[in-house]
Amino acid sequence: MFTSCTDPSTLDGLNWLACYLTTGKHVLFYKSFFVVLTLLAVTAPLALGVGFLGAVVSRSKHAPLRWIGTLYTSMVRGVPDIVFFLFVPLAMDQGFEWVRHKTLCRDWSEPIRQGNDFLVCSAAKLPLGSAPQSVHEIYGFALAVLAFAVVFGAFAANVLAGAMKAVPRAQMETAEAYGMSPRQSFWRIMVPQMWIYALPGLSNLWMVLIKATPLLFLLGVEDIVYWARELGGAKTSHFTYPHPDWRLWYFLGLLVFYLGFTKLSEIVLARITTRLSRGQATMAGEQMRKDT
Amino acid sequence: MKKLLLSATVLAFTAGASFADTVRMGTEGAYPPYNFIDDDGEVAGFEREVGDKLCEIAGLTCEWVTNEWDTIIPNLLSGNYDTIIAGMSITDERDEVIDFTQDYYPPTASAYAALTDGVDLMGGVIAAQTSTIQAGHVATTGATLVEFATLDDTIAAVQNGEVDAVFADKDALAPFVAEQGFTFLGDDVPLGDGIGMGLRESDAELKTKFNAAIDAMKADGSLNALLIKYFGEETATY
Repeated sequence: MFTSCTDPSTLDGLNWLACYLTTGKHVLFYKSFFVVLTLLAVTAPLALGVGFLGAVVSRSKHAPLRWIGTLYTSMVRGVPDIVFFLFVPLAMDQGFEWVRHKTLCRDWSEPIRQGNDFLVCSAAKLPLGSAPQSVHEIYGFALAVLAFAVVFGAFAANVLAGAMKAVPRAQMETAEAYGMSPRQSFWRIMVPQMWIYALPGLSNLWMVLIKATPLLFLLGVEDIVYWARELGGAKTSHFTYPHPDWRLWYFLGLLVFYLGFTKLSEIVLARITTRLSRGQATMAGEQMRKDT
Repeated sequence: MKKLLLSATVLAFTAGASFADTVRMGTEGAYPPYNFIDDDGEVAGFEREVGDKLCEIAGLTCEWVTNEWDTIIPNLLSGNYDTIIAGMSITDERDEVIDFTQDYYPPTASAYAALTDGVDLMGGVIAAQTSTIQAGHVATTGATLVEFATLDDTIAAVQNGEVDAVFADKDALAPFVAEQGFTFLGDDVPLGDGIGMGLRESDAELKTKFNAAIDAMKADGSLNALLIKYFGEETATY
């Protein structure tokens, strides 16, 4: 990056450090912070959507729908996350490729499973074998987002279903008395009011989600933990910047990042709580009414 | 509506399909000097140079990807990349699952390294990387085997005093002996049948191409030149 960095072996002290911290590898490390933040930004709304759907389905009047909802939430909540993170992307990837194989390569006669190999025609590969590495990375990231959404959606579904039940019955009764249809009373009365009941559970989930991002590494996405390990490991003279085992410092950096991010989340969540409590038939809402 | 959606997805998936196939080279990126991520964040090392040269000879377009050592074979089988070029020794066990090209790195020794002398190699606690021939070997001695995901972790385990010694490819340990206070202990142990590229068993065509390319590199001496460049004058050559 700097012109003085062309021959690191002649540098010492801060100059060396400045060059060291701006190597291509470190830039990739810094970029991986954005990968993690992007994952959070994309996954959270998606998981919330999945959760909302799950909650609605598990409260459905139709028994089969209700069973699907219950099966989904109890299955995902009962299986260890790590198993799901390994299973879901692999299963989805092979599933997509299988479907594409069946539609794109109808004249393919060989079996898809040959011994240990999972073989589809090259047109069905996802992403295509000829695609640049960035496409492979985005695809891997998308699979990771889906896996996170499936897992956290199940927890969110449970939280939201509980929140829907917590909305005071009197509110719904009033809506019915005003002649609202079930659909209208659901969207106009229940949904706007349920968030304050869901918030403690959802904020917990958000915190767990922040801490779960290092699982990305399991899925082959090069996240901050991967790079911290890779950069921190002892480096011999095969590298331009040899150094002993520095993982402690890199992990300390991650610790500060995660704690800082948690603190920030807490501040934001506290504000949302205040906001949502306004005018609610809860103790916090009642307190606010008295104060003003 | 459903049909429309489905056909739209299929269309989206097929759009931009061109079949100038790239060979995706899978490596670990954590086993210097065989393969590692250099300071620019690129795959580098002996295998990077050999692989690039092989692709050039065979007239293939190659792209490098990294994968954890632990899952490197399953990901080859499910088609995430097309070759494994990651210092993988040819063994009968692996040969049952995947195919190997001929060796591009001759059979060499594995060795024990530690920070102090007088470690009981046959009865002590020895670190090795998971699913390597070295881990397999330690398990057959009387020593207690502790497995780690990467070479880095095995080195760190010795430095922390968690284990008594590390057992790995001698050439991979050599830099740590030269620069970080490790010493070799005991006799060298010859293991494996050399290092080859791993391929899917169904990929016979690719295997032929790479075998021919390795032949060519062995014949013109360029492989020996690379071996000496990365492993020193002492190393075994063809």
